[in-house]
Amino acid sequence: MAELTAVVGIGQTKYQSKHLDHSMPSLVRVAAEKALADADCTWADIDAVILGKAPDMFEGVMMPELWLNDAIGGAYKPMLRVHTAGSVGGSTGIVAASMVQSGIHERVLCVAFEKQSESNATWALSISMPFSLASVAGAGGYFAPLVRGYMRRSGAPEDTGIRVAVKDRQNALKNPLAHLQLEDISFDMVANSPMLWDPIRYLETCPSSDGACAMVMESEALASKRSNKVAWIHATEMRSEPTQFSGRDQVMPQATLDNSKALYKKAGITNPRKELDCAEIYVPFSWFEPMWMEGMRIAPINEGWKMTYEGATALDGDFPVNMSGGVLSSNPIGASGLIRFAEAARQVRGIADAHQVDGAKKALGHAYGGGSQYFSTWIVSSEKP
Amino acid sequence: MSDDKNDPVEIFRGHVELDYQYTAGVSASRFLRAVEQGKFLGQKCPVDGRVYFPSRGSCPMHAVPFGDDSTVELPDKGTVVTYSIVRVPSENIPLELPYITVQVLIDGADTALGHVLDANLDDVRMGMRVQAKWKPKSEWTTSMANIEYFVPIDEPDADYETYKEHI
Amino acid sequence: MRDVAVVGFTQSPSLRRETDRNEVEILIPVIQELRAQTGITNDEVDFVCSGSSDYLAGSSFAFISGLDAVGAWPPICESHVEMDGAWALYEAWVKIQMGYADVALVYGFGKPSMGDVPLTMALQLDPYMMMPLWPDAISVAALQARMGLDAGIYSERDMAERAVRDRGNAKSSDVAQVKGDFTVDGILADPYIANPLRKHDCAPISDGASAMIIATADVANRLQDRPAWIRGFEHICEPMDFGVRDLNASRSTEIAAEKAGVRSDKIDVAELSAPFTHQQILIERALGLDDATNINPSGGALAGNPIMAVGLSRIGEAAKRVWDGSADRAVAHATSGPCLQQNLVCLLEGN
Repeated sequence: MAELTAVVGIGQTKYQSKHLDHSMPSLVRVAAEKALADADCTWADIDAVILGKAPDMFEGVMMPELWLNDAIGGAYKPMLRVHTAGSVGGSTGIVAASMVQSGIHERVLCVAFEKQSESNATWALSISMPFSLASVAGAGGYFAPLVRGYMRRSGAPEDTGIRVAVKDRQNALKNPLAHLQLEDISFDMVANSPMLWDPIRYLETCPSSDGACAMVMESEALASKRSNKVAWIHATEMRSEPTQFSGRDQVMPQATLDNSKALYKKAGITNPRKELDCAEIYVPFSWFEPMWMEGMRIAPINEGWKMTYEGATALDGDFPVNMSGGVLSSNPIGASGLIRFAEAARQVRGIADAHQVDGAKKALGHAYGGGSQYFSTWIVSSEKP
Repeated sequence: MSDDKNDPVEIFRGHVELDYQYTAGVSASRFLRAVEQGKFLGQKCPVDGRVYFPSRGSCPMHAVPFGDDSTVELPDKGTVVTYSIVRVPSENIPLELPYITVQVLIDGADTALGHVLDANLDDVRMGMRVQAKWKPKSEWTTSMANIEYFVPIDEPDADYETYKEHI
Repeated sequence: MRDVAVVGFTQSPSLRRETDRNEVEILIPVIQELRAQTGITNDEVDFVCSGSSDYLAGSSFAFISGLDAVGAWPPICESHVEMDGAWALYEAWVKIQMGYADVALVYGFGKPSMGDVPLTMALQLDPYMMMPLWPDAISVAALQARMGLDAGIYSERDMAERAVRDRGNAKSSDVAQVKGDFTVDGILADPYIANPLRKHDCAPISDGASAMIIATADVANRLQDRPAWIRGFEHICEPMDFGVRDLNASRSTEIAAEKAGVRSDKIDVAELSAPFTHQQILIERALGLDDATNINPSGGALAGNPIMAVGLSRIGEAAKRVWDGSADRAVAHATSGPCLQQNLVCLLEGN
């Protein structure tokens, strides 16, 4: 059945609001070349390429994988383009892994990117359709009411979100690739930042970034020969549910609960809080840290905020979350999920530099998208299962 | 952009314009024709009897089409199940800032409707009772924009337990 | 490799314009019919994958509404490619190969009548150098056709013969959009729409959807007397730039066919989705097809072209020929990108 597969190369660009120094092909190529260098491979060593990104309208190119194919070394090779809304980066990693896990390929390259500076994402996300009234202002307008729902039902202290934002922004200072580098970040600075989509403040939201992330994955036969540390993929999982249906719990969707349950079963994990050393979770608005701590069954329902409050999710806490600074610090949308997966792999490979969690052996990568309805996750480890 | 011949071309503006003709769909058309007459139509799932509003082509849980006989008329009153106060401008939304977006659970419906609320920012709360404020009849078209916004009405707040599963 | 077969296939009629139904309403009956055909319920399906395009729909995340037609409750294992449904099928097949799934549901859908497809396709080209010139898809294909004619690879008569053949075959199809008895001389008397292409050289633009179920041997043998076993499944992508690849051949199809083992024995039926007559010829050559093969018995893409579903439909049409015993070996083809940039080959066998 599934062949054991490992992440052996990781490459990322610097994340910033405008990459005027790179065209789209150049942006994806930089990330891909770094991943190849990390894996000590050449283009000829790659059997297939997988490209992921969010909606085509973000850059105004229809199915841009066709045009970008030779920039990522896909000429005369199999190439797939994944698109599963905001979770696409994670799904891209999962599809790439499956190409090796199925025994079809020995070594694959996946790349995910977004170059938001070349279009207007809020426009692309809020195109006025006829027949309906446009009242949702981008992603913030969509998710703010859900955050309010979470606050109401969990009774979480109102400054929980501020604490998440401060923590992730402090972590970003240790990650030179992170987009937002706020040297003087403080509780008051976040608390006093303008309220954008009440109850979400400006500094509790993610930036709009350009950037690309790439990974090389390999079969056990190849990866076992390597002398450096690789990240073994213990489990991957995906779940989707419809956007709207009667009785849908949008704050804590069944899809996330089902996803985490199935993921841990595959990975042989019974107590994720204890058995996982750290996690990179898709948190585009600060409050989603406590929400997804619950969705990933790391904290009991309505108690995720306690982990934030007690400092458990800090870099020096007992369950560090978003050591890289997370989506709150860098958000090239289509790449953001793959960055979570890649940063989890960096941790267990022990190559996360200043934001390394000491001795991290097992880590979770997580992405979600759509109206909190698409989930993709993986668990990687420094040890074989 | 600089005019210096030796500078790289960093960015240029291209113009993309494409025309689309959307089709509301069979079910949404029925709904919009009713809105044109000042009426709200919901649709009842043939499997579990839950009422979807606005009506749509099918039940997303059971993937069964909603037939003509599934239609039910609903009032234009409901409960705010959750909300946000928006202070960010958005190109597609012509409203003045700040404004309140609400999810309204129309009485008798089992799914909430997204719309705008005209109320004091300090007054808005979960559970608030609201009603549609329609534009003058002469301006009615086949669009949810016939409802200018929702307004608070003088009724006691709904109990959290009655709407919590619709957030 | 695990033995995996196509066990169910349904499709909507190909229509130039669905006047009343939206995409979900087009898709729902297709998936309902698939359930009725196979008896497979949601809880037996381990993985769902779909193919569609936001730019055809004119809105971001357009594929999400497709979930409503599946009944994604309880939540499902699901993925989506911004590609023809044939590649969604490939992803599903990979999931079965890795043991993640035994039964998979795949669908592709599009409603291109909402926009101007030839113009929209210009957005696939290099946005810095080519797209600002707005070369429409028919003009780009015409440039390729001219190259082949000038090189003596095919004649306008050869091209017209494909149109006559496919639209004639389509007379027996209840989903085809363009069908009937045409003559080569009649077509050649028609005016050019983009020299050297005439109207008959171009596939129609169709609204439509198709859906398929593939499964491992246990389920396949239960559902079909003669399952259509997937014996080869390969796809290859070329660089896009027209200056760096041979436009008078389909090198990617040749490589995919070689890896899939297409040429190792006689092919009884071929279903091709090339949207222009000269491209049909290039694909026939790349697959090594000759008179021994019944090409496009359904009419192929030239008779009905539901963009984002047309490739998946070719695989379904080929599977039908295996199920009914009229083919022991059938090959299906899907393509994407300008001038046959990306191609997929699926080999189906009855034994």
